[in-house]
Amino acid sequence: MAQIDTGDTAWMIVATALVMLMTPGLAFFYGGLVRRKNVLSVMMQCFMLLGVMSIQWVLFGYTLAFGPDQGGFIGDFSWTALTGVGAEPNADYAGTIPHTLFMLFQMMFAVLTPALIVGAFAERMKFSAFLLFSVLWATIVYDPMAHWVWGVGGWLRELGALDFAGGTVVHINAGMAALAAALVIGKRKGYPDISPPHNLPFAILGAALLWFGWFGFNAGSALGANGLSVSAFLTTQLGAASAAVAWAVVEWVKGKRPTALGTISGAVAGLVAITPASGFVTPLGASGIGALAGLVCYLAVVIVKGKLGYDDSLDAFGVHGVGGMLGALLTGFWATTVINPAGADGVFHGNGKLLLWQFVALVVCAAYSFVLSFGLLKLIDKVVGLRVTEEKEGIGLDLTQHSESAYTLVG
Amino acid sequence: MKYIIAVIQPDRLDEVMAALEEEEVNLITVSDVMGRGRQKGVAEVYRSHVERGGLLRKVKIEVAVNDSFLQPTVDAIARGARTGHIGDGKIFVFDLEECVRIRTGETGCVAIG
Repeated sequence: MAQIDTGDTAWMIVATALVMLMTPGLAFFYGGLVRRKNVLSVMMQCFMLLGVMSIQWVLFGYTLAFGPDQGGFIGDFSWTALTGVGAEPNADYAGTIPHTLFMLFQMMFAVLTPALIVGAFAERMKFSAFLLFSVLWATIVYDPMAHWVWGVGGWLRELGALDFAGGTVVHINAGMAALAAALVIGKRKGYPDISPPHNLPFAILGAALLWFGWFGFNAGSALGANGLSVSAFLTTQLGAASAAVAWAVVEWVKGKRPTALGTISGAVAGLVAITPASGFVTPLGASGIGALAGLVCYLAVVIVKGKLGYDDSLDAFGVHGVGGMLGALLTGFWATTVINPAGADGVFHGNGKLLLWQFVALVVCAAYSFVLSFGLLKLIDKVVGLRVTEEKEGIGLDLTQHSESAYTLVG
Repeated sequence: MKYIIAVIQPDRLDEVMAALEEEEVNLITVSDVMGRGRQKGVAEVYRSHVERGGLLRKVKIEVAVNDSFLQPTVDAIARGARTGHIGDGKIFVFDLEECVRIRTGETGCVAIG
């Protein structure tokens, strides 16, 4: 019988709470970036996901993602409503902490991932359509993909692709769904002539909470309190730090001023890119991944998005999709068994094969997410309509979807 | 010279500005204000919610024009702001005694445009 380790359990309780904080952190990050007539709507969407996704996860999400394998594709229903998931550790996933705690840790990822997509359709989606999309998306896109990558018997887990903390399942997945959402729902009224972010200090607060919570996300993915979790903690810090500096430097070199918005965007891009690599790379590797993430995501958000003309309002694809794919590929270069014997060596450590598996995992997951998200959004658009009327969009989602406004003028 | 003050629905600002631009009226001052009309802000709450004392959120725009621009400007504001619902707002027109461009010291009609 597996033995519960109190140190591991204590750390994983804290790590789970840290990851929970990322969703409200994201709410502030996104909330600060939208116009003031929509701040409550994006915060509400993030917060509501803490509600509905927690319930979805307990009822059937967890068993679909982690339950006994069905053909490498999805879990079965034997853990529905947490049947058989209790204090007894599950040695397949985490042998030293209660199974319930592993389930809770994963729940916070399942809450956060659909919340990331909010950035793409912010300021124009109906609340009802958003709810419908999020629950269905979690069930047919997130849960199966989580099973492929993390579930026992999942086909990508068997293949040998490395993803320490969820770069594929969380960031590439959400990023591709975000791209699909931006394309299906269309540009905001008036785009690209949209007012600047209404409250940058909110966005900075949000980015800070994300960075803080990310220690739970990455270091917690070691599923124990040990050398590997601390190594992931360090690479997380360096990934974020290098990317924040890189983005600001690029802005400066391009002849503009280094901006606060750019620096926090860089930090988030670095956190995204280091996520799959965090338990497999050296501090030097983490710095390299971070710096490249700052540079590449800057190009994606500032240059490429403008040229292609889609309106990914808050750059959910540009940061999470592009950063996630970059991180997956760079893991294939910088991963080393010196850091994690359970991992593999990458190109820089004499093994080119890993890069191939990383590429396969990336392409399959990106394609699956994009195609299903696109189809799902088209379907919801047909059935209930995705978008608010032009008049309601002008008034703002706070008033039209929630009958509230964030700020009063007097009193 | 005339001074025009209009109180409109906040979400019509973009349309009003676009309409003013069509008339080549580009100078405008905009502020967030609170107000209420005949309904005291409460009889029909439309596209806003009641803040303190039955007041609704509005946007006030102010434009100074030479006489020949008066009618096109008033028409443009009305065109941009009108939805046909209660609460579309009002336009007030005043005689304007003097106008000084601070940078050059110019006064009167030349200072407005």
